[in-house]
Amino acid sequence: MSFAWAKQYEPKSGFTKWIDEKLPLPRLVYDAVGAGYPVPRNLNYMWNFGVLAGFSLVLQIVTGVVLAMHYAASVDVAFGSIEHIMRNVNYGWMLKYAHANGASFFFIVIYLHIFRGLYYSSYKAPREMIWLLGVVIFLLMMATAFMGYVLPWGQMSFWGAKVITGLFGAIPFIGEPLQIWLVGGYAPNDSTLNRFFSLHFLFPFVIAGVVILHIWALHIPGSSNPTGVEVKQESDTVPFHPYYTAKDGFGLGVFLILFTLFVFFLPNALGHPDNWIEANPLSTPAHIVPEWYFLPFYAILRAFTGDLTIPFTGIVLIEAKLLGVIAMFGSILVWFFLPWLDKSPVRSGSYRPLFQKFFWFGLIPTMIMLTICGGAPAEQPWVILSQIFTAYYFLHFLVILPIISQIEVPKPLPFSITQAVLGDGDKDGMHSGGGQHPKPKRAVKDLPGDPDGSLQPAE
Amino acid sequence: MTIRLGGIIFGLVLVAILLLWSLAPGAYSLIAEPAPEKPDYYAFQEDLIEPASGFSFDGPLGKWDYAQLQRGYQVYKEVCSACHSLKYVAFRNLQQLGYSEAEVRAEAANWNVPGIDPQTGEATTRPGEPTDYFPSPYPNEVAARAANNNAIPPDLSLMTKARPDGVHYVYSLNLGYNEPDPADVKKSPNFETPPGLYFNEYFYNVNIAMPPQLYDDLLTYADGTPATKEQLSADVTAFLTWTAEPSLVQRKQTGWFVIGFLMFATALAFLSYKQIWAGIKPKQNNG
Repeated sequence: MSFAWAKQYEPKSGFTKWIDEKLPLPRLVYDAVGAGYPVPRNLNYMWNFGVLAGFSLVLQIVTGVVLAMHYAASVDVAFGSIEHIMRNVNYGWMLKYAHANGASFFFIVIYLHIFRGLYYSSYKAPREMIWLLGVVIFLLMMATAFMGYVLPWGQMSFWGAKVITGLFGAIPFIGEPLQIWLVGGYAPNDSTLNRFFSLHFLFPFVIAGVVILHIWALHIPGSSNPTGVEVKQESDTVPFHPYYTAKDGFGLGVFLILFTLFVFFLPNALGHPDNWIEANPLSTPAHIVPEWYFLPFYAILRAFTGDLTIPFTGIVLIEAKLLGVIAMFGSILVWFFLPWLDKSPVRSGSYRPLFQKFFWFGLIPTMIMLTICGGAPAEQPWVILSQIFTAYYFLHFLVILPIISQIEVPKPLPFSITQAVLGDGDKDGMHSGGGQHPKPKRAVKDLPGDPDGSLQPAE
Repeated sequence: MTIRLGGIIFGLVLVAILLLWSLAPGAYSLIAEPAPEKPDYYAFQEDLIEPASGFSFDGPLGKWDYAQLQRGYQVYKEVCSACHSLKYVAFRNLQQLGYSEAEVRAEAANWNVPGIDPQTGEATTRPGEPTDYFPSPYPNEVAARAANNNAIPPDLSLMTKARPDGVHYVYSLNLGYNEPDPADVKKSPNFETPPGLYFNEYFYNVNIAMPPQLYDDLLTYADGTPATKEQLSADVTAFLTWTAEPSLVQRKQTGWFVIGFLMFATALAFLSYKQIWAGIKPKQNNG
């Protein structure tokens, strides 16, 4: 599946012809990430993060598999086995720090990838399935990271696990038995550690499977681009290889420099000192905080401080804890509905003045403030701030986006990607696709309701 | 349309619940009721101190000062080890401090580690071997509590990583047994140091179970360095930084090589990216 002008894989030697007949794996790679995949020519650096996320997953699997060779999942020895890795295993300290910081960098990359999707509305038709699979990957990542953080069996491992598994206890009727069943006891114990280790090993491969579906779904409509105008002609695209392999190579280099800076010079900057203390069920840390990448959702969880009661009767309809759990899971589940909540026919935020304001001055500050509130102790003014920003978070996705997609007047879109890139009167480009279009036709106006006439990819 | 309508309704209901049942009561009590009185406690000193010349292992080019590590080991051995274990460190690791294999073997033999009597099978002690780990001063937790007024002296192996800014914390704590600041005492009139505890301005609740340990000329250094209490604290802090992270210097040195290589590779990647894209007109007005 690709555009009609996509280059075809042509095996040259006898051996590659033989392989292509028996198992056309080289052809698959060629069509997926090689010269056979035409990609819009105007992608900016925000389009680097998909490849970087894939790299991070591989990095976590490779370091994780080696760490698992030296780790022991038992409450008596887990903490000591990490010290064994740090002290006795050859370059164990590097593996451990690369894996721990790798998780943080995986989340940095994935958050930038998600925000790219949100700003350029990559979730819109025809790319809804890519987005939905992406949300599934994100949920799997959160589960994997949470269980991974429990494995070193430090103080934050234990108490974080206790708080998060305790959330299931908020579910009415089945909550408590469900929690005991999930944990394998009343508090995190040997059974918990063993099942978390098993699942922490399994989930990355599940993620890898969904990533394949994610990329498969991407290759049906092809990549989106910063204008949000669909590919119309050959001059709108360049082959993935060598153009984007080269660009991603540079992006990967920058990513690795920042990543290794943390691994070698600031390895504990993103962690919590309490996790260098062995878990002690009898000693509660002063502040239990999750890893930084969960803080916004932790703030949403803690924002609900009051039970939902019938006023003046004292009858509790929903307990505050359950409201918090619903909101926390809801804050991510709402992403599943995004393609149908935001119905603006314009994809790119750059052509949506109203959307742009709410994105930069609403959503982004909200996420930053929720991160800060999630890491702060549960006292004023942080509680009220987290409540205000939690309210905005839900209003943004559920109320503001649907309404602005109705009332907004978008800016005129370029006719095509080629025109956006080359501008007017340029004849020196690789393909002069813009030459035939007289000026008045440059911008497609009055867009709402009018599809942008995108060329459907050929069979 | 149904999804959007449902979304708007769900969003408004959830936000209404949040604002009316959670935010409103909280905001009301914040405005209407006087701020809850903070319990009277003497605020601990958050600004940690460090030796005048810093630590040799600080910074990206940091290196161990082996003489200092050896002095720090002497402080641990003669002072700290009476109460604190060092369970993740083995005698063989001392070779990293610049001791020879024979010296380590001799040093290990100075320590008694738990063993089994080969004749009777009863628990006993024997001289340490290089492969043994530092023994705990107490046979178990109950004994540790009994000997220390119900407080457990924590294991020191990871101490400089297990506290915020742990290196400076350990250094400061050892020197923090000062008199309470009269101004702060006035602010918190209920402040007192209960019997059996000691005032230490860097401890999180300022009353610590550990008595002051380091005094000027507490011990005589083998290398003749004057044993001021600042020197003792700096040396033992350096030693505990090593026990917490023996790979610290190797890590930083490896980092220079790795990042140097990556800078070079990234520069090449950038040039090849620019060269490959040179045939394509650069963007003028992208989205």
